Amino acid sequence: MGGYNWNWPILFKEPYFTWIVTGFGKTILIAVLAWAIAFPLGSAIGIARTTDNGALRLGGTVYVEIFRNVPLLVQMFLWYFVVPELLPADWGHWVKRDMPYPQFLTAVICLGLYTASRVAEQVRSGIEAIPRGQRNAGLAMGLTSLQVYRYVLIPVAYRTIIPPLTSDFLGVFKNSSLALTIGVLELTSQARQIEEYTFAAFEAFTVATVLYCMVTGIVILAMRMLERRTRIAGTIAVGAQ
Amino acid sequence: MFAGFDFGILWLNAPFLWNGMLLTLQLTLLAVGGGLLLGIVLAIARLSSIKSLAWLVEAYVNFLRSMPLILVIFWFYTLVPKLIGRPVSGFYSVLIAFVMFEAAYYSEIIRAGISSVRRNQIAAAMALGLTNLQSMRYVVLPQAVRNMIPVLLTQSIIMLQDTSLVYVVGLRDFLTSADIVASRDNRPTELYLFVAIVFLVICFSASRLVNRLRRRYAL
Repeated sequence: MGGYNWNWPILFKEPYFTWIVTGFGKTILIAVLAWAIAFPLGSAIGIARTTDNGALRLGGTVYVEIFRNVPLLVQMFLWYFVVPELLPADWGHWVKRDMPYPQFLTAVICLGLYTASRVAEQVRSGIEAIPRGQRNAGLAMGLTSLQVYRYVLIPVAYRTIIPPLTSDFLGVFKNSSLALTIGVLELTSQARQIEEYTFAAFEAFTVATVLYCMVTGIVILAMRMLERRTRIAGTIAVGAQ
Repeated sequence: MFAGFDFGILWLNAPFLWNGMLLTLQLTLLAVGGGLLLGIVLAIARLSSIKSLAWLVEAYVNFLRSMPLILVIFWFYTLVPKLIGRPVSGFYSVLIAFVMFEAAYYSEIIRAGISSVRRNQIAAAMALGLTNLQSMRYVVLPQAVRNMIPVLLTQSIIMLQDTSLVYVVGLRDFLTSADIVASRDNRPTELYLFVAIVFLVICFSASRLVNRLRRRYAL
């Protein structure tokens, strides 16, 4: 790296400082909103795959297989360029002309639906890991199927899948960088833009890297605390990775 | 729903798209190979009794795993030519990025596979008079490899999908080639749907095969 001109102060000059701050804010916002879609939807799909209803199981399986086996970037392009064309004419018109923040919202929806397929798999494996006897015992005690889920299966399953759900949340946080391909100015794209304007590649990428690592660290610590708090007495906690 | 769409465009551009697919496959195979080699080295280092080495590798793995792959690609794409001091083809910069990134994930899978073999098995091997190396070779690894191969294969399928991210530096892989045709002829629907279906077929069949393998070789 001989001859590289270090220029750390440039990160605090305007407009670069504002770029970093707004980019970071957008990254966080995309991740949180996408998770707000992914968690409930993924839970519903994951639970559907553990029921005795054949149609529900099939629907859940098809959803998961489609969203898991198409690259996320291709999904991003499909939502942004293709879906508006396939919608009924006036809907497509609205999406293309009047929808507010089109790139941002498209990214949130795309990431939310994709991450739902991952959450669904975690929820399903969490429920399937519970011995079948517990479900049967619940039914034998006269609980309805819904009550068995509400009082027996779900409280145990969600506790055991806290670590993999943490990685899925961190996954959506990192994947939010794909939004740059449709023009959302989030953290990675702002770092790239600073690099293009100032040639301070090392500084710009370093600040983005530090911010990503910081959030990852904070989330992991918080989830470890949550895991310790919700641990069922007598079970072994795995520890978030 | 598809009235007015022209899927003949795929046929017209088949050679161009096929070249893109070749680059995708090439990148995937080289990155999987390189990532596995480096991943094995990292896993061994992480399990070694030299504490500082194990700690260093753990830091490397956690560091890379908290970064988005796109940022890693940007890092290496701009950094590799600067480090070497002369222009390097984008393919090699990106390949290095993928190898370094995947190695972090592979090493975790390999480490977990080796750690999944119960400790008392090693104790039993020692009690039988096997040396350290022999107990690794005849007791630990045969079981560990069976446990880790399905996970390694699944990670490689994810890797195949992730290669599409080279789009951000304009390397002409399958998706980028389709994107070039899509914007040139203004046919995004046909092209992106085609790319999605091709990936869906490849990745779905591959993951089915992995599942069959998993059941067949499960301990």
